[in-house]
Amino acid sequence: MGKTLFDKIWEKHVVRTIDGGPSVLYIDKHFIHEVTSPQAFAGLDKRGIRVLRPEQVVATADHNVPTIDQHLPIREELSRLQVDRLKKNCSEHGIELYGLGHPYQGIVHVIGPELGITQPGMTIVCGDSHTSTHGAFGNIAFGIGTSEVEMVLATQCLMQTRPKLMRINIDGTLNAGVVSKDIVLYILAKITASGATGYAVEFAGSAIRALSMEARMTICNMSIEMGARCGMIAPDETTIEYMKGRKFAPTGDAWIEKLKYWKELYSDKDVVFDKEIEIRAEEIEPMITYGTNPGMGVGVTGHVPNLSEIEEKEKPSFEKSLAYMGLQPGVNIRGKKVDYVFIGSCTNSRIEDLRMVASFVKGKHKANDVEVWVVPGSKQVEKQAIEEGIDKVFEAAGFMLRQPGCSACLGMNEDKIPAGKYCISTSNRNFEGRQGPNARTFLASPLTAALAAITGKVGDVREYYKNRELLIAGQEN
Amino acid sequence: MSRQINIVRSSAVPLNIENVDTDQIIPARFLKATSREGFGKNLFRDWRFENDDDNRPKPGFRLNDPTYGGKILVAAKNFGCGSSREHAAWAIKDAGFDVVVSSFFADIFKNNSLNNFLLPVTVGEKFLQTVFNAIETDPKTELEVDLPSQTIRLVGPGYEHSEAEKFEISDYKKTCLLNGYDDIDYLLSVKDDIQRYETERAI
Ligand code: SF4
Repeated sequence: MGKTLFDKIWEKHVVRTIDGGPSVLYIDKHFIHEVTSPQAFAGLDKRGIRVLRPEQVVATADHNVPTIDQHLPIREELSRLQVDRLKKNCSEHGIELYGLGHPYQGIVHVIGPELGITQPGMTIVCGDSHTSTHGAFGNIAFGIGTSEVEMVLATQCLMQTRPKLMRINIDGTLNAGVVSKDIVLYILAKITASGATGYAVEFAGSAIRALSMEARMTICNMSIEMGARCGMIAPDETTIEYMKGRKFAPTGDAWIEKLKYWKELYSDKDVVFDKEIEIRAEEIEPMITYGTNPGMGVGVTGHVPNLSEIEEKEKPSFEKSLAYMGLQPGVNIRGKKVDYVFIGSCTNSRIEDLRMVASFVKGKHKANDVEVWVVPGSKQVEKQAIEEGIDKVFEAAGFMLRQPGCSACLGMNEDKIPAGKYCISTSNRNFEGRQGPNARTFLASPLTAALAAITGKVGDVREYYKNRELLIAGQEN
Repeated sequence: MSRQINIVRSSAVPLNIENVDTDQIIPARFLKATSREGFGKNLFRDWRFENDDDNRPKPGFRLNDPTYGGKILVAAKNFGCGSSREHAAWAIKDAGFDVVVSSFFADIFKNNSLNNFLLPVTVGEKFLQTVFNAIETDPKTELEVDLPSQTIRLVGPGYEHSEAEKFEISDYKKTCLLNGYDDIDYLLSVKDDIQRYETERAI
């Protein structure tokens, strides 16, 4: 009997298994950042132990950093203390830090892949739930809590129970204007925000194979929003092409050796998953969320569900959510006015996302009463955008290009959406208060966000692709 | 923080809202601390206070209602989803809870809780509704969570014959909680195996 992609990697990393209990799983790469690591280092100090394998740990500052004037000291005291603590911990333990001002600094899930640190077949963890992003390369990558960060620092291992396995197959061809963010929002709307809890999810099918690496990352990134332990996509030629020449990708004989391993990483034909879901790519339209969890989404031409469409038991949560969003059951989302547009986060802040937005807004200007923030995922993305003249396109459109960081994705630094305002956001969470106390979030693709920036409203981007040959980034034709 | 859990008998605070994410449990702006202590006062901050103002507690919110109290938090389906922030488990534990009951927990939250000696008890939807109803009817209703026998039941007058609900927990984790051990203690004890793995691994 064959093996799944997940099991092929899992089995290679099990150090030992407790009878009827969890396994000791070896971790290849560990990313850390300023917010979820200080207590872990404090824990090590308390136990009087040191980091076991500092060369397998990479650090950056992203969650809590300002996105303007990054060359100046951080003004907010607690944020500065946290970033300074990271510096101190990294230097004391010999950990590489791509902190503020470093040419590799950026959102942890953007820099890992772009530097080639993230590779197929690995086990990767980080004290951040969107670690699932890295699974786009065909590895087991998942978010952990701070106690687990401490465990990995101390022993390079974690206690883990093998999850159940789910495969989601997306076959067919996406319609013009529909991109990978729409795929994942569509899946979420279908299976809900807890639809994959307890599972490792493999995304497969011809529509996935046709995606670029960056577009695949968007999908794996949001697998945590379904509750999945991790998301993964088998490596293929696209993956290998992406890896070539990356800063920390293997070279020479090591490359040839790795390639052999990577090419074995796929689910064998005869494997059985605990659960399997089939989706046709043609069914998917540009998506948008109306509620306060990422599973509350509809096609842009759809409407907020009517009360009659909601199960009795779920009504209180549904009504609470709509009250927060200031929306009525049954209303159309299309035409809804927005106040802010946020293009950024580890879901959609890579160069392809910025190119996609730029190609749409080129020669256009934002609506007067909308504020638009573009926050690149990393220094390298920022640099590339400037080299390609994308910054000029944004400037002409009245968009504000900020510096790399998590920014308004979680509203931890000053980049918050004011109370009561509507923000269309390319990030991954529309939870109450996520983008600032009482801020209201519509999650959407970079294209749908770009359209809202220009018109000031939620619209259907497909209308702009009718009769026009436009290259849509993130979707190889 | 008590590290051992055995039998917890207490009244409970009901929070009958589905899909409670960790951003609600502890909003991001409170994550700037570098220690594990003191998060309890900001537990459910934005649900507890109007406009972030300590002087304006929202009266309808259960955690503000002195009628309800105890060491057990009873939550609805998909509790603890979203961000991996362990600060959520720290905040709940710091606010005096030793047990959280729900019909469904998000994965990372469940691990974080176990690592902080906060026991997540997964029960059936029907049992959960019975508990919610019982507490709503009489806030003094007590629950008994018995880790050694892996059961939870309503106790006290009127519940003498109430049925106990079984819950799952791995033997390994159960031993940890009963004795106050954590995973790091275990992992450090198998360090030789880990180093052997490192030298022998094929990839
Ligand atoms: S961009 Fe948002 S989701 Fe991604 S790591 Fe930062 S805070 Fe988390």
